[in-house]
Amino acid sequence: MVPTEVTLPQARYEFGADEYVFVEIDQAMSLEANFKAMAITSALREKKIDGVVDICPSNASYMIRVDPDRLHPMDLVNELRAIEEAGTGLSADQALATRVVDVPVLYNDPWTRETLLRFRDRHQDPDATDLEYAARINGFDGVEPLITALSGAPYIVTMIGFVPGLPFSYQMVPRDRQIEVPKYVRPRTDTPERSFGYGGAFAVVYPVRGAGGYQLFGIAPAPVFDLSQRLPDFASGIVFPRPGDILRYRAIDMTEYEELRAEVEAGTFEYRTRDVEFRPSEFLNDPDAVNRDLLEVLYQ
Amino acid sequence: MKELIVHTGGLSTTVQDAGRDGHYALGIPPSGAMDQYSLRVANLLVGNDERAAALEATYIGPRVEFTDDRVCAVTGADVPVSLNGDPVESWRALPVRAGDVLSIFSPVTGGARPYLAVSGGIGVPEYLGSRSTYTLTGIGGFEGRKLADGDRLPLGDAAGARAAGREVPEELHPALPEMPEIRTVIGLCSYRLTSAALDSFLGTPWRVTKDADRIGYRIRGGSLDFVEREQPHGAGSDPANVVDLGYPVGSIQVPGGDEPIVLLNDAVTGGGYATVGTVISVDRDRMAQTKTGDHIQFVRTDLEGALAARRERSERLQRVRELLGA
Repeated sequence: MVPTEVTLPQARYEFGADEYVFVEIDQAMSLEANFKAMAITSALREKKIDGVVDICPSNASYMIRVDPDRLHPMDLVNELRAIEEAGTGLSADQALATRVVDVPVLYNDPWTRETLLRFRDRHQDPDATDLEYAARINGFDGVEPLITALSGAPYIVTMIGFVPGLPFSYQMVPRDRQIEVPKYVRPRTDTPERSFGYGGAFAVVYPVRGAGGYQLFGIAPAPVFDLSQRLPDFASGIVFPRPGDILRYRAIDMTEYEELRAEVEAGTFEYRTRDVEFRPSEFLNDPDAVNRDLLEVLYQ
Repeated sequence: MKELIVHTGGLSTTVQDAGRDGHYALGIPPSGAMDQYSLRVANLLVGNDERAAALEATYIGPRVEFTDDRVCAVTGADVPVSLNGDPVESWRALPVRAGDVLSIFSPVTGGARPYLAVSGGIGVPEYLGSRSTYTLTGIGGFEGRKLADGDRLPLGDAAGARAAGREVPEELHPALPEMPEIRTVIGLCSYRLTSAALDSFLGTPWRVTKDADRIGYRIRGGSLDFVEREQPHGAGSDPANVVDLGYPVGSIQVPGGDEPIVLLNDAVTGGGYATVGTVISVDRDRMAQTKTGDHIQFVRTDLEGALAARRERSERLQRVRELLGA
């Protein structure tokens, strides 16, 4: 296994008018860029600077909301540059305390199929389903081997956002095995709640019904967002996923989907979750071995 | 129980205050009044804290009945207002008594969103520090949704209510021009557009489509070309695709190049379409008062221009405060 070597460019600082600073660490996605975004935003959080309203790490970038009446956005940029220059690189033995989670998914389900068929005029390939299109452009011999690859290796949550609790998840495989699809040419105005979508190199579970631009591959029986906080996993907050979580989108059949839906309805569903220590450097050296260990811990 | 009885909810009326800040990283947008200036003036007129919760209507306002003595005020869009059937003025503090019925029922004649503030404020419970409604997920406001006929809204204590009859002169109302200029800081991922496309973006009068709500405004009128490139890993192959990133409120994304979307108070907090600039916070008030079929023109400014506009709005608000003795 050849490790993926990534050298990050100089970060690019941009003003989102008077209230936002957007910092692009890299135009391309990599775990290195994501870990750097996490490190810089953590360092900023610890400084507790007055006038910083929101600190939002994202996949290969991050964004800060500022109250310009209290903090000049240019002063914030200077602060961020200083943090960047102080070097917050990933040390080889750094360990991330996180959790690995089983997320069941019914791939190729009737509900997202119905939705995607309604929006063919916004799609790159109006004559195929999203799964058929994705299989073809990624060189898979049909939909089934694509689903096997999607559910085979786990993903790391690299960003929360879009709507409350949506986990942007990046599959933990080397670049040459990453599945990539474009977003819709124009976003849909409708997406079923709990849809499993894929855009760029990211998998997501849509928390609520609404607009969306990702290809639709399936549906999850369990929510990632629960405003009523009825399920035990939501006792401490309305969203379940956290940045750094390692999610396995396991393929299930309709029978298991219906059983799990019944558990959700009854308020008894709980995600299978295990605490783990994740060492990015170990992973970058031998992804397959680390993934095997992670899944073993999850299902033991 | 001190309440506001909703006879008719209007087209899309929600409870909004100054906004829910500090939860963007979870994907929770700020929500809050789309036209912050009109919200704050309405609150000042009735003696509330200017960040208090009021009603924001869209196009067709609500008809409400009071159950005790209050002061109320309507600001924002130009709209006929009546009290017990008789016409009354906007931008003025109006005394009301138990049983009085206020109607903002007629469609707007200028602008898009009228605001109704009531002394004591709309007293729905706070959620994450705000009473604003975010309907997409049912967070905040009155049961997380737009008002429906028959709703009974709790009101706060109006003990601090000021005397009625005060008004805000026309020079301190927002202008509602035919084609508003929307000042925008170009940047974010604007490198994805060719320079001709960027010129075209700024030179085009864009028409507001019917997909225009508190989440965002889809606009049409031109077509924008992207710089050709080999797409970076993880972005997706469409030229408009970028590796998913944070979207500032007010940012303008250009999926496909022919239907830009201006993201507003209930916007998605991130995603994977190239964003090419951000409407300055002050001019989000102007966006809020545009409606389907209206045209808007983006005008380039920079950070200093955005901050200057912000100061200018603060000064106008300060004049209102002084005028009203707030």
